[in-house]
Amino acid sequence: MTPAAAHYTSTGLDNKKLAFWAFIGSECLLFGSLISTYLVYKGRSVSGPTPHEILNIPVTSVSTFDLLMSSLAMVLALAAVSRGDKVWARFWLGTTAFLGLVFLGFQYYEFTSFVREGLTIKTNLFGSTFFTLTGTHGAHVAVGVLLLLTLLVRSFQGKLGPEKAINVEVTGLYWHFVDVVWIVIFTVVYLIQ
Amino acid sequence: MATATQLSAPHDSGRSGLWSWITTTDHKRIGILYGVSAFVFFLIGGLEALFIRLQLARPDNTLVSAETFNQLFTMHGTTMVFLAIMPLSAAFFNYIVPLQIGARDVAFPRLNAFSYWVFLLGGLFLNASFLVGAAPNGGWFGYVNLTSRQYSPGLNIDFWVLGLLVLGIASLAAGFNFIVTIINLRAPGMRMMRLPVFTWMTLITQIIVVTAFPVITVGLVFLMFDRFFGTTFYSLAAGGDLLLWQHLFWLFGHPEVYILILPAMGIVSEVLPTFSRKPLFGYAVVVYSGALIGFMGWGVWAHHMFAVGLGPIADSVFGATTMLIAIPTGVKIFNWLATMWGGQVRFTTAMLFAMGFIAMFVIGGLSGVMHSNPPADLQQTDTYFVVAHLHYVLFGGAIQGLFAGIYYWFPKMTGRLLNEKLGKVHFWVTFLGMNLAFFPMHFIGLLGMPRRIYTYRPELGVETMNLVSTIGAHIIAVALLVFIYNVWRSWRRGEVAGNDPWEGATLEWTIPSPPPDYNFTVIPEVVSRLPRWSVTQMKAIPDVPPEPIHVPGGSYWPVVAALGIIGMATGAVAHALWIVLLSGAVLIFSIYRWAFEPFEG
Repeated sequence: MTPAAAHYTSTGLDNKKLAFWAFIGSECLLFGSLISTYLVYKGRSVSGPTPHEILNIPVTSVSTFDLLMSSLAMVLALAAVSRGDKVWARFWLGTTAFLGLVFLGFQYYEFTSFVREGLTIKTNLFGSTFFTLTGTHGAHVAVGVLLLLTLLVRSFQGKLGPEKAINVEVTGLYWHFVDVVWIVIFTVVYLIQ
Repeated sequence: MATATQLSAPHDSGRSGLWSWITTTDHKRIGILYGVSAFVFFLIGGLEALFIRLQLARPDNTLVSAETFNQLFTMHGTTMVFLAIMPLSAAFFNYIVPLQIGARDVAFPRLNAFSYWVFLLGGLFLNASFLVGAAPNGGWFGYVNLTSRQYSPGLNIDFWVLGLLVLGIASLAAGFNFIVTIINLRAPGMRMMRLPVFTWMTLITQIIVVTAFPVITVGLVFLMFDRFFGTTFYSLAAGGDLLLWQHLFWLFGHPEVYILILPAMGIVSEVLPTFSRKPLFGYAVVVYSGALIGFMGWGVWAHHMFAVGLGPIADSVFGATTMLIAIPTGVKIFNWLATMWGGQVRFTTAMLFAMGFIAMFVIGGLSGVMHSNPPADLQQTDTYFVVAHLHYVLFGGAIQGLFAGIYYWFPKMTGRLLNEKLGKVHFWVTFLGMNLAFFPMHFIGLLGMPRRIYTYRPELGVETMNLVSTIGAHIIAVALLVFIYNVWRSWRRGEVAGNDPWEGATLEWTIPSPPPDYNFTVIPEVVSRLPRWSVTQMKAIPDVPPEPIHVPGGSYWPVVAALGIIGMATGAVAHALWIVLLSGAVLIFSIYRWAFEPFEG
C-alpha cells in the first residue's frame, strides 16, 4: 500500500476513501432492499412465531448499546493512529474489535434461542426476512471485525504509523456505516412492531 | 513476479507471453481482454439467436424441442445483456477512459484485473451449464415461481442464479473503480465539465451499476435461499408475494437498460463531432440529459409490470414517468442531429454506425414510448412487438454504437486502421439484415404471436414475416463474418494509424497508437474541453519521458481471488459444501496476499 500523500488526486480526497464512500452508497441500496422486503412482508406470515412473541427488546438494547460504543472506540482508535500513539491505537482497535465480537455473540445467542423457540429461516415469512436481514448485517460486522483485527496485527508488526491512518479511516467509515444500519434495523424490526 | 517494478522503455515494457496477460493490471490490456472475451460471448449469443430464428422460420417446426428453445432464449438474453453488451462497453471504459482523462491507469489496477477475471469465469460458468445439459431456461428475467425449486427442480436455475450473482460482483467492483478513476484521476485542468462525453456517460453508467446491482443481488439471494435453504420469500403458501421478485428484478432491470445504452450514447457523442468537424452541439445539455436519464431510470420500472394489475394509479404514474424519460432521450437525438448540421461530414464506417445508431434508436425509442401507455401495452406485452422494440434499442442502438466505437478506436488500440471498404460492407449488410430481422417482428407481435413460444400454427398468418426475419438474422451473421475478417486482416496488415488518424479533439489522440504502458510521457495540462481543436493549444506531449516512469508489475492474486469466487459458485451448484468452504478460504487468502503485496513499489 502506498502512502496516500504520494498520490495526486483531482479532488484531494484519497482514492480509497472515495471508493469506500461509493461502496457505502451501494450498500445503502443493498440494505434498503432487505429492509423494504422486511417491511412489505411484515404481518403477512400465515403461521407463528410472530415478532411480538419472540423478539427480546431488553437483550437487543444491550447489544445495540455495545455496538454504539464500538463506534466511539473506533473514533478514538483513528485519533490514536493519526497522532502516532501506538499503545492507545492498539487498545482502541482491540476494544472496537472486541465490542464487535460481543455484538456477534449476542446475535449468536439470539439466533440459537429463536431456533429453540421454533423460529428458523424456513418457518415463515418473518423468519426468512428476519434472519436474512439481521444475518446480512451480522456478516458485515464480522467482516468489520476481520478488518479491525488485521489493523491490530499490522500495528503490532509496527506497520500502522500515522501515514497509514487512511486505512484506519476507511475501516472506520465502514464500521460507522454498519453501526448506523443497525440503528435502522433495531428501530424498524425491534422497536416498531 | 508480483513484486517486479521496472523502468519502462519508451514504448513497450517488453512484457509478453500468456503469463503477462494473466497477471496484467494494465487498463489497456484488460480492455482488450474484455473486448475479445465479450465478442466471443457475443458470437455465442448470436449463435443461440440463429437457432431460435431457424426454429421459427416455419410453422410447426421441430428443429429444437420446447425445452431446448427455452434454454436458447434464456441464454441468448442473459448472454447478450451480461456477457456481450456490458463487457463490450467495459472494454471501452477500460481502454479509453484513462486516456481521455489524462491518467496512467485506473485508480485500482488490480481490482480492475479482478473484475475482468470474475466476469470471464462467471460467463464460462453460465455457459458450462450447456455441458451438463442444464442451461438456464427461465427467461433472462427469471420470474418466480417459474424459477422456484418446485417448478424448476434441475440445475438450470441454480446456474443462472449463481452466475448472475458472480457477474454482479465483477460489475460492482468495476463500478467503484471507474467512479473513483473518473472523479479522482483527471489530469490538471480537466474539470468535470471538460470531460469528454464518453467519460461522462461512463461515470453515469457506473453510478447506475453500483446502485442497481445491489437490488438484483438481494432478489437473487432470496431466490437462492428459497432454492437451497427452503426459505419462504417467494412462497405463496407461506403468504409471500411473487411480485416481490418482479419489483426487485425490474428495479434493477430498467436502470440496466440505461447501463446498456448510455455507453453507446457516449461513443456516438465522440464519433459524430469528430467526423462532422464540429464540437458536440450543446455539450452541457447532453451531459445533463444523460444524468437525468440515469436518475429517471429509477422511476419507471413498473412499466415492465403493467400486465400484472398494479391498479390504475400505479399504472398512470409509471406510464407518465416513462413518457417523461423520453424527453432527455429526445434532447440527445436533436443534439446529435444538430452536431452534424452544417458540419463537414465524413462518411467513415464509424460515422455510418453512429448515424445508423441515431436512426435505429429513434425507431426503438418510439416503440418504447408506445409501451408507456398501459392499455396499449396490454396488447403488446409478451408479444413479438416487444422483441422488435428491444432489438431496435439494443442491436440498432447499443450494438451499433459499440461498432462505431470499435471502428473509431481500433486504430488507437492496435496502431492500425480497420479497412474502410470492408467496414462499409459490414455496415450496410448489418443495416439490411437488422431491419429484415427486426422490423417484421412489430407486425408479427401486433398480429398476436407471443414471445418465448417455441412454435406457432400456420393459421396465425405470420409465416412469411417469420421467414423474412430468419433470413435477416442470417444476413447479420454474414455481416459479422465480414467484420471478423476485417479485424483479422487489419490487425496485422492494416494501414498504419499514427497518433491521430481522425483528427480527433480529445486527449487519447495526443499519444502514440497503441499507447506506451504509461500512456502519457508527462501528465498533460488541460486548458479546454477539446484540447486538440482549441485555439489555446495545450503543451505538446514529448515522445520520450523526461524522467523514468514506474509501471506496476502485475499480480496474479486477482485471478486467484476470482477463481475462489467461481469455486464457491461451482461448489454450490454441485451441493458440495467442502468446495464452497475451500474456495472461500482461497478467496480470503488471496485478498490478504493482494492487500499486502508490495505492488506500487
